[in-house]
Amino acid sequence: MYKILEKEKIGPNLNKFVIEAPLVPKNYQPGQFVVLKVDEVGERIPITIAEADKDKGTITIFVQEVGKTTYKLGALKQGDYISDVVGPLGHPAKVERIGTVVTIGGGVGSAIIYPETKAFKEAGNYVISIMGFRNKENVILEEEMKKYSDELYILTDDGSYGKKGFTTNELQELESVGRKMDLVIAIGPAIMMKKISEMTKQYNVKTIVSLNSTMMDATGMCGGCRVEVDGETKFACVDGPEFDGHKVNFDLLIKRLSTYEKEEKEAFDSYKRCKCE
Amino acid sequence: MSDKKQKAPREPMPKQEVEERVKNFNEVALGYTEEQARREAERCIQCPKPLCVKGCPVDISIPEFIKLIVEGKYNEAARKIKEDDVLPCMTGRVCPQEDQCEAQCVLGVKGSPIAIGRLERFVADYEAANSEADTPPVQAKKNKKIAVVGSGPAGLTVAADCARMGYDVKIFEALHKPGGVLVYGIPEFRLPKAIVGREVEALKQMGVELECNVIVGRTITVEQLFEEGYEAIFLGLGAGLPRFLGVKGENLLGIYSANEFLTRINLMKAYKFPEYDTPISIGKKVAVVGGGNVAMDSARSAVRLGAQEVHIVYRRSRQEMPARNEEIENAVEEGVILDLLVNPIGFAGDENGWVKSIKMIRMELGEPDDSGRRRPVPLPGSEFIYDVDTVVIAIGQNANPILLDATPKIKKNKWGYIDADSETGKTSMKGVFAGGDIVTGEATVIAAMGAGRKSARAIDEYLKSGKW
Repeated sequence: MYKILEKEKIGPNLNKFVIEAPLVPKNYQPGQFVVLKVDEVGERIPITIAEADKDKGTITIFVQEVGKTTYKLGALKQGDYISDVVGPLGHPAKVERIGTVVTIGGGVGSAIIYPETKAFKEAGNYVISIMGFRNKENVILEEEMKKYSDELYILTDDGSYGKKGFTTNELQELESVGRKMDLVIAIGPAIMMKKISEMTKQYNVKTIVSLNSTMMDATGMCGGCRVEVDGETKFACVDGPEFDGHKVNFDLLIKRLSTYEKEEKEAFDSYKRCKCE
Repeated sequence: MSDKKQKAPREPMPKQEVEERVKNFNEVALGYTEEQARREAERCIQCPKPLCVKGCPVDISIPEFIKLIVEGKYNEAARKIKEDDVLPCMTGRVCPQEDQCEAQCVLGVKGSPIAIGRLERFVADYEAANSEADTPPVQAKKNKKIAVVGSGPAGLTVAADCARMGYDVKIFEALHKPGGVLVYGIPEFRLPKAIVGREVEALKQMGVELECNVIVGRTITVEQLFEEGYEAIFLGLGAGLPRFLGVKGENLLGIYSANEFLTRINLMKAYKFPEYDTPISIGKKVAVVGGGNVAMDSARSAVRLGAQEVHIVYRRSRQEMPARNEEIENAVEEGVILDLLVNPIGFAGDENGWVKSIKMIRMELGEPDDSGRRRPVPLPGSEFIYDVDTVVIAIGQNANPILLDATPKIKKNKWGYIDADSETGKTSMKGVFAGGDIVTGEATVIAAMGAGRKSARAIDEYLKSGKW
């Protein structure tokens, strides 16, 4: 059992958790994730580690409520326990000094882009960060990102905070004024990563994305997370989660993410009914 | 014993009726009654030089335990087996006895061999139900720590043997439940999970520690385990990386690896969705590609999940199928259709990306290949389209890369598995032993246990002598 040391509601459907998981931080590096299972009957879901504290033996994660599992998690309080947490999983991000790095986070993807932004800044890069959110209420990690970004642009879909628009709009603007970009890292919804990758392919700028395919064991055993990269089948859990965005078959990823749409809805509906009764 | 008793036919295994069992995940084979076990045991002629023992990968004293059954000493019979096989409840169920001990039984020459596996299961279950948990005597503490990575059959055996020798053993398991393939792979209807749980509990009683949710190679490395004071490490990781066909359309929705399909059902209990949160999606017509036990387990699970039509798609003929005959028979009884001498060469999907058909080619058998089985050869021009809603690929495993990538000191063989000595399990890294599927590629539960037993002896020798 893994204790929730802190829980904070930081957006309408967004929670931050600090979880006691003493073994996970030991070998953690940015870009890695954990698999967690909320309770005895729970499913296993992958969640990227936003921060890990080796001394305290804790990890910080941001979880958006989208279905039964994430709502169940959101209903837990400080002091409650999660039945299973395992990690760190996946290959760490390849952090190097390369020049100007543009880090792009979409929604809860900002929680993943944050540790990488920090790592690339500390590696001596000039870091431009772009963060996109639905609206003002969903903005997260602004202060933290500011600390490690040479420039920070925040956008909201409805214009209620920062600029109105999407992360792609800001990237396009940077390109149109001829800003130098040596590497783009984009993490967020599959559709955002797809759009960004399409743009940077034209700009001829290397782009790294972190794939959020459906996982179960996340140790390479099940193959449920398979994605196509450069025409080859890869397992996001052990070969990734980060890949060259220009080589990822995003259409397949988006389709595969919809595999359990029907079942997810059924589970969520019955969960909501139980909660109301 | 009278000659008449020996000529009696082999006692049949009582089973759940087909009409019932296809609707549940409960165990199919119900096990012998005391009377049946006695009758079957009395058929044994107690050969002075028993061949059956030679057929057993772990040298169980088979005639001795059968004699104890005849004498009505069931608990003693179980303990006799446990001298060589720490998990008789499981091996009695899942060992391919027909290729091992029973294949050697002299009664098989003219009639049917003794049902050794069924007798093993009977005494193991009897003991579990009727006697205090039998914790074998543990030798004086040696105050030396051994880490066992993986809690499948190899790991459980090493842990039990080393604990008995007086070592401090800790098992590290990657998943949230112990048991490895016994829990995620083999279905409830063949091996009830309560039995696995019971055996793991027995290990804990012997002082073995167990920690789940630890992925050695990521959570903690092999080097870090040594730093923490472990003096020997046994790797029983399992193969654990599903193989796919490598044909077009294989990533369409509705195409599962057998690992994913079975893990969702067995470990995550997707058959109880939505009571359990993990879903599984199953269509009307299911095709399982492969001819081994895993393919049979997948097909029979699909039947129980309510698929209307379940097919085994296999590129050779029934004779070459690696699955146990008993499992093929069970599958066929349950309505699984065998489509033989056909091989998928591509998959096509609908507009939403779901698989809807397989492009197949017919095969014929040519000359024997390295495995001694006749090689399947495609028949040119025989392609046809085969409609399907769900596909399960059960064609084997490759080596899992996590631990090996993190530990370059451990040499791999040309197939990517760990290069370990077949007698001792020693790897190229000092103090590290390995056994089971991660060394041999996918094999049987008993083979993994046999490797575990050899490694346990070698670990003991190494820790006593300090010689590598």
